[in-house]
Amino acid sequence: MNIPENLKYSEDHEWLKVEGNIGTEGITDYAQHELSDIVYVELPEVGREVSKGETIGTIEAVKTVADLYAVVGGRIVAVNENLKTHPELVNQDPYGEGWMVKIEIADTGEVESLMDASEYKKLIEGA
Amino acid sequence: MGKKTPLYEKHVTLGARIVPFAGFDMPVYYTSILEEVLLVRRRIGVFDVSHMGEIEVTGKDALEFVNYITTNNVFSLDDYQVQYSTMLYPHGGIVDDLLVYRLPDKVLLVVNAANTDKDFEWIVENKKGDVEIRNRSEEYFQLAVQGPPAEKVMQRIVEKSLSKLPFYWSTFVEIEGKEFLLSRTGYTGEDGFEIYGEAELGKRVWDIVFEAGEDEGIGPAGLGARDTLRLEMKYCLYGNDIDETTTPLEAGLSWVVKMDKGEFIGRDALIKQKEDGIKRKLVCIELEGRNIARHGYKILKGGEEVGYITSGNWSPSVKKSIALGYVNVPHHKSGTEIEVDIRGRSVRGVIVKPPFYKNATHK
Repeated sequence: MNIPENLKYSEDHEWLKVEGNIGTEGITDYAQHELSDIVYVELPEVGREVSKGETIGTIEAVKTVADLYAVVGGRIVAVNENLKTHPELVNQDPYGEGWMVKIEIADTGEVESLMDASEYKKLIEGA
Repeated sequence: MGKKTPLYEKHVTLGARIVPFAGFDMPVYYTSILEEVLLVRRRIGVFDVSHMGEIEVTGKDALEFVNYITTNNVFSLDDYQVQYSTMLYPHGGIVDDLLVYRLPDKVLLVVNAANTDKDFEWIVENKKGDVEIRNRSEEYFQLAVQGPPAEKVMQRIVEKSLSKLPFYWSTFVEIEGKEFLLSRTGYTGEDGFEIYGEAELGKRVWDIVFEAGEDEGIGPAGLGARDTLRLEMKYCLYGNDIDETTTPLEAGLSWVVKMDKGEFIGRDALIKQKEDGIKRKLVCIELEGRNIARHGYKILKGGEEVGYITSGNWSPSVKKSIALGYVNVPHHKSGTEIEVDIRGRSVRGVIVKPPFYKNATHK
């Protein structure tokens, strides 16, 4: 299972890449594998203010449906429009082309509460 | 841990995702459900369906008895012919849907894995005349080889000419000196065959089939793909679309109910239901967008509840979100616009004529 070292992770299997005050969020390789065959990703409006833990999207897979949560609070500044027509990118490249939203982080302290790669690895190995 | 089919180790070796299903550990997919659906539509896929139940009825009155416990007309079958049928409770609800094979010395009933024990008990409970009933499920493996080149692939394995085996007929074939029952049947809409044989021969036959289909791009397909393939054809799944609370008349299965064949369990209830008028029908729905309508979601018409979804999924073959559901008469007609409540949001859909996928190759 691919768990890049440079990312932060949530208990709900989202990842966050922080560059300046912008966080890029998606779901982990473990999550896409568990969901398998993602056919639709519903993402929030750009400009929406969200708080940490808020539901900001829906991921429809053949077998099940899952919510996407904001891993940090802030303002949605971009969503991955490619996923509208190519939801399979989440399965194929969860940490790259399969990214979901970019959030202008309101409180960088929230980033610190996320797990690092080794902590996340422990979480999914215990699962 | 569930029961394991004779092919279980093959699935593990192939890296299948294994899930519990009907008491068995079964492969839900090997690589991707969507890819495996398209594998069967465009090339050829092999399913391990050894979990299915096989119940044998023998004895002088076997035909008469099976005719009494099922809705289709068993006496219309010639030896080796196969028929789709349902088995009903006296109130008209469905015990199970099944395949009935008329063989020279017995009638073979192939039933849903989750219902095998229930069906067997039901059949024994209703036993009539000179018959013997045996649950042989554990003794058999069953493979389904499905896809447009299925005949070509299977012909490389068996000597008998398969071009002469029509849809829903069976025959005994020899593979490496052993005997197998082969029928031109399936649950996918594509041309295809199902092979039954002694459990311990399953792995060998699996290998032989894969070798024979190599040039056609043969691959394994899991239960996930099987579910989507059958949905694209509007084939009912017991437990989703039909169960003890639904009748075959509501489910659009009146073509397997022969009211004039003589007495059968459930007949009186169906006659009454017909007289009173059918109140709801199982229909095909195409939805806007890519959300999936899942089992139990409400179907609305102008905001008013008119039914519920029984099965739904994304169809990679027609590239639409498709679903089956019961809709109250008179809202059931094709062309009717409805909405589905998908987690609190109304998604528009339209009732369409079956099947969703119209280019299937079944004979």
